[in-house]
Parts: sequence; C-alpha cells; structure tokens
Amino acid sequence: MADILFFVFAAVSVGSAFGVVLARSPVGSLLSMVSTLASVAGIYILLEAHFLAAIQVMVYAGAIMVLFLFVIMLLNLGHDYQRDLKGWAASLILFGVTGAMAGVLATRIVGPGGAGELDALANATALDAELMEKGAVGIIAEPLFTRFVVPFEMVGILLLVAIVGALVLAKRRVS
Amino acid sequence: MLTTGFFAMAAVEEAAQAAGHGFEPLLPGLIVLLPLLGFLINGYLALSHARRSAEAVRRGEELDLDTGGRPLTHTLPSWVGPGVMLIAFGLVVANFLRMSGVELHDPVVVEYWTWMATGTFTVSAALQLDQLSMIMMLVVTGVGFLIHVFSVGYMKDDPGYPRYFAYLNLFVFFMLVLVMGASFPVMFVGWEGVGLCSYLLIGFWFSDREKSDAGKKAFIVNRIGDFGFLIALFLMFVFFGTLDFAEIMTRAPAELVYGAPLVTAITLFLLLGATGKSAQIPLYVWLPDAMAGPTPVSALIHAATMVTAGVYMVARSSVLFALSPVGSVTVAGIGALTALFAATIALAQYDIKKVLAYSTVSQLGYMFLGVGVGAYAAGVFHLMTHAFFKALLFLGSGAVIHSMHHALHHTHSEWDAQDMRNMGGLRKFMPVTALTMWIATLAIAGIWPFAGFFSKDEIIWYAGAAASGPFAGWYTVFWILALAAAMLTAFYMTRMMVMTFHGANRTGEKEAEHLHEAPLTMTVPLSILAFLSIFGGWINVPEAIRNSFLGGFGSLPMSEWLHEWLDPVTHAAQVVREEALLESGAITAGEHYHGYLEHAPFGGGELAWALISTVAALIVVVVAVSVVRRWTIRPAVESGEPESGIRKILYNKWYVDEAYDALIVRPIQRTSRFFWKGIDGLIDGVVNLAGGATRFAGFLVSLFQTGSINTYAFILTLGVLLILWTVGF
Amino acid sequence: MLTQALVLSAILFAVGTFGVLARRNAIIMFLCIELQLNAVNLALVAFSRAVGIDGQVFVFFVMTVAAAEAAVGLAIIISIFRHYETVNVDAFNLLKW
Repeated sequence: MADILFFVFAAVSVGSAFGVVLARSPVGSLLSMVSTLASVAGIYILLEAHFLAAIQVMVYAGAIMVLFLFVIMLLNLGHDYQRDLKGWAASLILFGVTGAMAGVLATRIVGPGGAGELDALANATALDAELMEKGAVGIIAEPLFTRFVVPFEMVGILLLVAIVGALVLAKRRVS
Repeated sequence: MLTTGFFAMAAVEEAAQAAGHGFEPLLPGLIVLLPLLGFLINGYLALSHARRSAEAVRRGEELDLDTGGRPLTHTLPSWVGPGVMLIAFGLVVANFLRMSGVELHDPVVVEYWTWMATGTFTVSAALQLDQLSMIMMLVVTGVGFLIHVFSVGYMKDDPGYPRYFAYLNLFVFFMLVLVMGASFPVMFVGWEGVGLCSYLLIGFWFSDREKSDAGKKAFIVNRIGDFGFLIALFLMFVFFGTLDFAEIMTRAPAELVYGAPLVTAITLFLLLGATGKSAQIPLYVWLPDAMAGPTPVSALIHAATMVTAGVYMVARSSVLFALSPVGSVTVAGIGALTALFAATIALAQYDIKKVLAYSTVSQLGYMFLGVGVGAYAAGVFHLMTHAFFKALLFLGSGAVIHSMHHALHHTHSEWDAQDMRNMGGLRKFMPVTALTMWIATLAIAGIWPFAGFFSKDEIIWYAGAAASGPFAGWYTVFWILALAAAMLTAFYMTRMMVMTFHGANRTGEKEAEHLHEAPLTMTVPLSILAFLSIFGGWINVPEAIRNSFLGGFGSLPMSEWLHEWLDPVTHAAQVVREEALLESGAITAGEHYHGYLEHAPFGGGELAWALISTVAALIVVVVAVSVVRRWTIRPAVESGEPESGIRKILYNKWYVDEAYDALIVRPIQRTSRFFWKGIDGLIDGVVNLAGGATRFAGFLVSLFQTGSINTYAFILTLGVLLILWTVGF
Repeated sequence: MLTQALVLSAILFAVGTFGVLARRNAIIMFLCIELQLNAVNLALVAFSRAVGIDGQVFVFFVMTVAAAEAAVGLAIIISIFRHYETVNVDAFNLLKW
C-alpha cells in the first residue's frame, strides 16, 4: 500500500517539477510548484515525518508560494515565453548535464556503498517508538529546545534580519 | 697633507737608498708629481675661468681678455706650467749626475705602495730608475720644458690658455709615469694616460667638428693597439706570474725558449701596441690628423715624447724581442716599410704640418728598425736626436704659422695659414726661424756633422749588418728600404724649406707687411734646440769612425757614450743574440757582437758606408734646392689638388684612410646596425610577444565574465558534476 | 523506501537545476531554487528515518532559512525591477567584460 502511494506521489511531484520548469506563464509555474510541494508533503507523511509535512504545507506551500504570487502579480509580468526559455540547442546540453548529474547521484545511491547498506529497519522501529511516546510534535520539539536551542534562537534572529532587510531593500526611495 | 705626503715619499726613497745600490735617487717621486701639481693648479684656474665666462655668457656679455687686462687665470699658468717643468728637469739632471758617478748594473726600484695584491700576484706603485729611463726622463723633461716656454708665446691669445697648460702638464705627468714605471701595469697607466691627453689636446679646439673628430680618431686607433698590449700582458702574466720589468727581464732568457711560439706571440702583440702608440703601419693613420691640435702639442706629443713610447717599450722589452727572431724581424720590417711609405706621402703634401707629421712617422720607422735589428742604443739614440730636431721643426713651423695667421688675419683673408703654397721667401721676414729650421733639416737628412747623421747612420749600418744573421734576405731588403727612405727624407725636407722660406713671397703684398719674426719666448727655445741638433749627435760617435775626420779625429774623450751608458739595460738582450748567432754559425766563438758587425753587405766597413750616406744626402739636398726653385708654385686657392698620376696617389696618402673606412669602419657600422635593429629588435619582439601573449590569455579568460547568471550557474553545475564523478560521496 | 526516496530527491534536484540554468525569468529561477531545496529536504527526511531524528530537525531549520531567503531575494528582485523594468536576467550583465 505504502509503495503504491509513494509511486503516485513521486510521479506527481516529478511531473509537477517539469511543469514548474517548462510552464509558459509564471503563475502556471507557481501552481505547479504548489503541486510539487503538496506531493512532497505526502511523501513526508509516508516517511513518518508528520510535523514536517504539516509545516511544509503551511509554511512552504502556504506562505512562501503566496509571497511569490504576490511578487509575480505585483510586477505584472507578461507572457514573454519565447525569450524566457533558452534555445533548444542550449537546452539539450543543459538537459544532458543535469541528467548526467542525476544519473551519477542515482548510481551512487543505488550502487555499492550507497544507501542500501544502511540498516534502515532498526532505526525506523526506534523512531516509531519515540513517535508513540512523544507525539508528532514532541519528537521534533524535544531536540529542538534542548540540543538545538542555540541554532533555534539564531534562526529567530535571522528571520528578524530578513524581515528588516526585505523591508529596506524593497522600499521605494523617497526623493 | 701635501707636506706629510712629501715626507712619506722621501722616507720611501731613503729606504731604497739603504738597499745599498750605490746610486741614491733624489726624490724621483717628486719628478713625477710636479707636473701633476701643475695640472691641478692650472686645472683649477681653467675651471674658475670657465665659470666666469659662463656667467658672462649668461649675462649676455663678452669676456674680452684684452680690454680688461689679462686676468690671473691667464697669467699664472705662464709661470706654473713651465715652472714645474724646470724644477722637474733640474731634479732629473741631478739624478743623472748622481747615476753617472756610479757603476750601476741593476735598476733601482723605488716602491711607494702596493697597488694590487691578489694571491701571489702583486703590482706595486713603483718607479724604476736605470740608464734607459734616465735618458727618456731627460728628453721628456728637457724638451718638454722648452716646448712649455714656447707655448707661452704661441698660445698667448687663446681663451683656453689655462686649460692648455693643465692638459700639457698632465701629459708630462703620464709620460713620466710611463718611462719611469717599474712594471708593465704602471707603464700601462702612463700609456693610457698619454693617449687620453693626446685626445684632449688634439681636440683642444673642440668646437670645430673636424678637430674633435681627429682627437677621437687618435684615441680609437690607439685603443686598438692597446688591445694588443693587453693581450701581451696577459700572456706574460700567465707565463711569469709577475709583470715587473726586473723580474721578467732576468728570468726570460732562462725560462723562455728561443724562437718559441709563446715569446713570438708576446712580442708580436707588444708590437701591435707599439704601432698604435708610435704610429707605424697599420695604425699610423691618426698622426697626420692629429695636426689639428695646437702646434706645440704636435711638437711635444707627436714628435718628441708620446710617439716614442712604443720605441721605449720595445727597448725596455729588449730581452723578449731578442728571444724571438720572428718578432724582431717583424719590428724591423714594419719600421723600414713605414719609413719608406710615409716618406713617399710626405713628398706630395702641401700643408707644412702634414709634411712634418709624415716625416715623424717615417723617422719613427727608423727607430723601430733600429730596435728591431738589435741596435737598441742606436734606436734610443735616434729617438733622442729626433726629439731635438723634430721638436725644432714643429716649433719652427708653429712660428711660421703664427706669423702667417697674424698676416692673414689683418686682411681678413680666408687663405690657409699652413699651406706652403701660400708662403715663400719667409727667410726675409723670419731669419732666426729660417736658420734654426735649416739646421734641423740638415740634421734630419743625416748630413755630417749634425745630430741626425750619427744616429741614422748607425741604424742603417746595423740593419745592413743584420743581413748576415737569421732572416738575412729580409734584413737586406730593409736596409735598402732604409737607404731609399733616407734619400727621400732629404728631398722632401728640402722641398719644404725651399717652398716656405725661399723664392718669391706668395702671401700677398698687404699681408706681407704683417709677417714678422716670432717673439723671444718662441725663438729662444728654437735656438736651444738648434744647438742640440748640431751637437747632440756627438755623444755617441761610433767606434769605427771615431778616428776619422768624421769622428773628429779621435778628439773625443770616448766613443759610443750612449751605447756604453745603456749597456747594463741592453746587455741581456745582446747576450741572447750572440748565443743565437753562435748557434746559427754566423759568428765563430770568441767573436763578439762587434766582430759580427764587420760582415756588412757588399763588404766595406762602417766608415765607408757612413761617408757614402752623408755625401749622398748632401747631393740630394743640393739637387732638391735647385729643382724646387725652378717649380712654379701658385697660391693654394689657385692651385687646387693634384689631378692625376702618382702625384695624386701620394697626395691622397695612398688612399689608406679610404680603404680602412670601406674595409673596417663601414662593416662594423653595418654589423652594429644589424645587431641594433635586427637582433635587438628581435629580442624586443620576443619580449613584447611574451607580454602580448599574456595579455591575450588574459583577454581569453575575461570572456568567462559574461555577466549572465545562467552561465555562472552552468559552470557551477559542471563543477559539481565533476566533483561527484571523481570524488563520490 | 529509503533508496527510492533518495532517487526521487536526486531527480527533483536535477530538474530544479535544469530550471535554474534554462530559464531567464529571475523569479522562475528563484522558484526552481526552492525546488532544489525541497529535494534536499526530502533527502534529509529520508535519511533521518534511517539514521536519527536530527535529520528532521535540520529540515526544520532549512525551511526557516528558505523562507527568510525567499523574502530577501524577492525584495532584491523587486528593487532591480524598478531600475531595469524587466526581470530577464540577460539584462543584468553589468559584470560582463
């Protein structure tokens, strides 16, 4: 059952990814992206990362994509597709390069010394036990506020800086 | 500081005396330093005068020497210049008297300080006093003093008056270093120094392009000779490990093999140096051009002293030349050939100084012939007598030119004051000059009883006598050449005298009113030199003619005084020659060198030949007088140059200068230009290419900066791919 | 599941890279970068299932930073747009030689 679901989600995400890259209009790209994010969230759930799935949908798909949408709408971009995507010759080369990259990664993963050798099952059961014990949120919260509290605080400051920076950068000059 | 130096020098000299030679040199260092002092004082005066005239020019004024009264810078050198020379001459005479009272067998070397010391090779700043250097010192300071006095009158109106005396004093300083040096390097210092002063004095009126070019030519040609001199020094150093005269001359007979390639090479390279300095073939070409300098300079440097440096050097190295028959015959050959060659050119020259210049070259050839055949005393003797009559001739011509200048200047004529075709009949205006110059002419022609007779006759005799030794055939040829040159000498000198002093005056009526005799400062030296030209030869009457009327019927206390005087210096060489002659069978054991001299060509003793040569010379003179008087001579502007035939060739000096230009100078210039434009341009091109290539490479790399984000990202991706591929996880 | 998830992550990352390289619209390029980040998150989560909980915590942080980065980046694009009137990256070639 899980495998079938996984393949469905995978297919959707890959298809949507191509959609992002090849869509004619910026908004179309964006919507494809949302679709990708959603399917990835689904895969998270399959991987027992419930909290992250929720965060993914809420923050990523919800807030960040909306922000993108705001900007696209704000800039009132046209449908200049012809000049947008690179010519077929360059695309072919790029496709080859990226394909090669994907291939190399895949062989590394699947091949000897790859992920297959990791003892997935033992850890997975330990993880499940923890999940039962602390709940979906607690399993993340516990390390976050104990072992990773300093990075946590720093990320908070980072967000503050980002807000101020974004404000300053986008502000219209008063002249 | 000066007094401390003086006392230091005296102390060194005391030490030399304590070495117990018997001969106590009297302040030899001072002899050398006095002219240097003169140079410093006169030089300072010249500089201060230059500064003042520069200021005057800047202010736009003229610095007139006559109206403001002669300034100190132009009166003091009259006393300083000749003054130091007189004191130096006095010291030399004192030393000479001391030396002659003692039987001196080895040279006295006075060391002052160590100049160079590397490993086992040391060269000291040292002076050597022996018979040969004493003779040279007498000539240099004595004749030098007379010429300094003459210059006072001659250069009176020249604005460069202090500079002239500074250079003249400097020259004497270097010349004394040359003749008094105790080793080859010290001699070389003097050698180079006189070359420098020659350049400075020839180009004295440097604002004239021709004159400064003449100075350059002298220096450059000299330099070629110096190269030969240095090679010889290197060879000697490699073999002997030292360059001191005393050591080399004592060790050479024992260590060098007679006739070996090494000693021949050394002597030939020394000869090359000598031909440069003493204007022999092939490096004589600078001497005629050197007449561009003031006439007293020509008298001192190019007659009496500097050009004799080569002869002195050969005489000093007599042992080496005796050990190399090839070297000796080359010296003699070049001497004889030059003597005849220069005499032929002198026949066709119209400039009075050019005649005398070629005459000097010719007479130097005689000296080289003398020292080449082993007659060292005869060669040095001729050097001495030649100094007297040649200096007299030059100074006399200077007086003539001085007078002609005055005359032509008054009428603002453009005529050449030195061209004999513009002269004529000057005997009426300048009797003293005419008389003294005639005495010199008879002396140079080799007519008894004047000085030149004894010296020239001895050389020719020795040349003939050498025709029984090695290279016999060659020496016979040289003897014939020398005889021919002697006849030519008599002819061209007489021609010069008749064209200048006799016949009708061609200078022009208005100018002739201003022709006058030279002032006392000029005529007194002329007279003294004339006296020496008459009686100077009697110090060295050969033994063979002593008892005849030619020798004064034996009335002299001794014969061959100079020969005996120089014997300690030339003895080693004579021994070597005798041994060689013994081996070759030219003389039998028991017969000494004098016996060998009896075997002259065509039989006959020295007396017979002496008589023949003087009578022949006299005949030539008389014939010449009548022949030249019959010529119609027009002034220079009307005559022009000889058009054709042998006269044209002789007038143009056998086109030697032109040949040198085409064969040597131009190819060198072309080679230089090739190296400059071609090779250097090529190297520059390569270097520029390297720079250009770097710039191009930089340009190529800059093409990466497309400014396009996509490109950057692409490169990034490629890099990631590369890393993944090679490194893996 | 681990291997498949990782392969999926690789594919998504490659597609994202293709988008960055092939598109000229600055905003779409940015979007593709987000896609790449997502692929990385997926890989991290997959690994955390096999190794430990730390992977998920890391993903948490990545998401946060992605958000901040998106905000700032879009602000920059807006201010550039004001000057150039376009978001076509070919126009931003001041660094060209």
